[in-house]
Amino acid sequence: MDKTSTILEMRNITKRFGKVTALSNVNLKVTQGEVHALVGENGAGKSTLMNVLSGIYPFGSYEGDVVVDGEICQFHDISESEKKGIVIIHQELALVPYLSIAENIFLGNERTASYSKRVMDWPRTFQRAKELLELVGLHEDPSTLIKDIGVGKQQLVEIAKAIAKNVRLLILDEPTASLNETDSQKLLDLIAKFRDEGMTSIIISHKLNEISYIANNITVIRDGTTIETLDNSNHDIQESRIVAGMVGRALTDRFPKRNTKPSDEVLFEVKNWTAYHPLDRTRKVCDNVNLKLKKGEVVGLSGLMGAGRTELAKSVFGHSYGVNISGQVLIHGQEVHLNTVQDAIDHHLAYVTEDRKGDGLLLATPIVDNTTLARLDKVSSHNVIDRDKEVVIANKYRQDLKTKCASVYQNVGNLSGGNQQKVLLAKWMFADPDILILDEPTRGIDVGAKYEIYCIINELVAQGKGVLMISSELPEILGMCDRIYVMNEARIVAEMPRSEASQESIMSVILQTSGKK
Amino acid sequence: MNQITNILKRNSLLMALIAVMIFFEIIIRLTGHGSLFSPANFTNIISQNSYVIILAVGMLFCIIACGNIDLAVGSTVALVGAIAGVLMVNLEFNIYASIAICLLVGIVIGAWQGFWIAYIRIPAFIVTLAGMMLFRGMALLVLDGLTISPFPPEYLRFFTSFIPRARADAFTLTVIVTAILAALYLFAAFYDRMSKQKKGYEVEDKTAFIFKLCAVLFALIASGLLLANNKGIPVILVLLTVIVLCYSFIANKTVAGRRLYALGGNEKAAKLSGVNTNRMLFLTYVNMGFLSAVAALVCVARFNSAAPTAGNGYELDAIGACFIGGASAYGGVGKVGGAVIGAVFMGVLNNGMSILGIDANWQRTVKGLVLLLAVVIDVLSKKRVQA
Repeated sequence: MDKTSTILEMRNITKRFGKVTALSNVNLKVTQGEVHALVGENGAGKSTLMNVLSGIYPFGSYEGDVVVDGEICQFHDISESEKKGIVIIHQELALVPYLSIAENIFLGNERTASYSKRVMDWPRTFQRAKELLELVGLHEDPSTLIKDIGVGKQQLVEIAKAIAKNVRLLILDEPTASLNETDSQKLLDLIAKFRDEGMTSIIISHKLNEISYIANNITVIRDGTTIETLDNSNHDIQESRIVAGMVGRALTDRFPKRNTKPSDEVLFEVKNWTAYHPLDRTRKVCDNVNLKLKKGEVVGLSGLMGAGRTELAKSVFGHSYGVNISGQVLIHGQEVHLNTVQDAIDHHLAYVTEDRKGDGLLLATPIVDNTTLARLDKVSSHNVIDRDKEVVIANKYRQDLKTKCASVYQNVGNLSGGNQQKVLLAKWMFADPDILILDEPTRGIDVGAKYEIYCIINELVAQGKGVLMISSELPEILGMCDRIYVMNEARIVAEMPRSEASQESIMSVILQTSGKK
Repeated sequence: MNQITNILKRNSLLMALIAVMIFFEIIIRLTGHGSLFSPANFTNIISQNSYVIILAVGMLFCIIACGNIDLAVGSTVALVGAIAGVLMVNLEFNIYASIAICLLVGIVIGAWQGFWIAYIRIPAFIVTLAGMMLFRGMALLVLDGLTISPFPPEYLRFFTSFIPRARADAFTLTVIVTAILAALYLFAAFYDRMSKQKKGYEVEDKTAFIFKLCAVLFALIASGLLLANNKGIPVILVLLTVIVLCYSFIANKTVAGRRLYALGGNEKAAKLSGVNTNRMLFLTYVNMGFLSAVAALVCVARFNSAAPTAGNGYELDAIGACFIGGASAYGGVGKVGGAVIGAVFMGVLNNGMSILGIDANWQRTVKGLVLLLAVVIDVLSKKRVQA
């Protein structure tokens, strides 16, 4: 088969859920040996399209043709598409935490003994797993449990698993969403390496810099239809060009202008803050951290994943993480003791978590209840809640933040990521904070929703509040913050005003200070 | 019309209960066994199921808090009952003091379990399984394996008598009470609606409002008349009403109730919102212990004895009632009203089959199937709504 032949063609795919049309006449053409990016806002239909391809939505439930190697395929479930060498790696990894790497790699595709297909051949399983790990550049013992390795490595295990299935077309859904810059880079380079060896991939991502770095062709999907396929064979496409296709308008500035300046008044200060890991009590998660936040200022906290940023925020926020915590917190120049979350809330501090599903929202609960949870005292008298008042408040935030939902009685779990984030923000805005710690406020949400979140941040500082923003996305830190702290290995290693900061300067500080304790 | 179907759909469980009642009524009438809705039997259903309802309310809070159950409630009922027997019958202790001691014992038992579950974080299933054996053993020790009876009549009066005491006044008084309650309900409903309108809040559709009003009034007046035609209002019904209303209020209207749901919905999120989750969980089990003691007092009065086997299997009745009533095994979801309907549902099944003279073994089999069926229908109907 020559290198330029078409491995996959999806023709006029239309998929309906009841009355809702999720995809209408979508076309996608993927050439053998390329990395093909699929971009679009959340809810544009990317995942639906991939589910059609992999047989999760079986043949007959959609219209149009899926053509692999020139022949029309009728997949009824994943195993049929896998037989054709199509493997999908979902954003939420499908690994079993308490099984070993080797067992996970061959789950559903077990290496069995020569005498029976029902008996495991353990030596062969581990031998083969070792070879596969070598191939993806993961230096771990195959008998290590999945729970004991980080997300970046887990991603590599997923890829090894796909290779074990003789993958020809690998689909990666948001592969770098939960990875830091270094791990992301490693993963992308691995995909590029496999491409050069002849493997074809489809990559779904919100990170446009990564897409322009790796993809040969970019197909843009909007509102369930194909908008265009952009050629990126020279890897020189402008990010704004992709964004224009995604949102249907040129979003020249990805960060809204802020017209207010921070005042000189220090609002919030952390002094000599040290905290230890709750399980490993000899390990410092924050080491003598000092930072200041002024009124009306957005301060960025940059760093790699695991640098201690979330740990710092949580330990300050009512000691909700860490042990043997020492140091001072000053609000308006007065020392305060925030020993419980309630103390922190009472002192008008808010922490908006990075993990909105895990520890931010009650997913099976309506928007209303989520909005008021942190400050039930504001909607109750004598401990009795005024439901009507709550509904009015929830509706107000729904309008102010432009949250898209059927009604405020809708369960938060049914909203898209961007709208969930807005509910989470509403919850903490309702708490009347002076100081907001926003931990990865735009993780996993699309460009349009990101822009709206940035606007909300600007409004908050315009009201004189201080925002401490933790983010792993450097463009966001550079685009939004007045001042930037860089954190590495539990310590603050640099402080720079926006004018002096750049992606290079931040990364080089991190690299210079790594492992030099 | 659409509004009314909506109400019916939202209360599918209640509709199922009504359907089962009508089904039994038809069969019982056809086979000449009398009627499910005879005044005497109606009173009977209430007193037969009082303990399940009380336990189900407490159990519901445990299920909401963490999706966990309390397996020890049956044994707690036995132990508290045994202590009540020893105090009131053997030692002829003051009745009020005995009741107070029994309730206190229940609270201590709840605190014991709550401490391990909430502060030491031992899985509730294990703690309460241990409690199930522990308290049953203690009940046997206290009773020395024997049954204590009879209880003093002054005590029985509290739980088994009727209002009014004199039979002759029963009809008039019950009708008057019913009328007053109906009037109060009407007033409250209209007042709530008007004040909402005045403040400019959303109010429910007019047809739906009137339909709901009529349905509640009909149920209230019908039960009032049935009771009036028997011996009047059972004291136990008053106790039940108070408990159900109180806990319903706590769950729906108070800050504590909201925090309970938050704890069950996502403990980490609740913690980061300032909820003292450990204390909340602890109090949930203390409350379960308290309500188990109340159920124990009701039980010994009803059977007029404290037996070592008392309360056998009650935990399962209570758990079943909650799950039939729509509680989620993952926590965070469930309503007091649902648990009550679930308990009555099982009670009506028991009662109906007993009237028909169906063999006890068959009754058990049918109950098992119905429990599964009820939950299956609930789950499937919700799935369809989502799709």
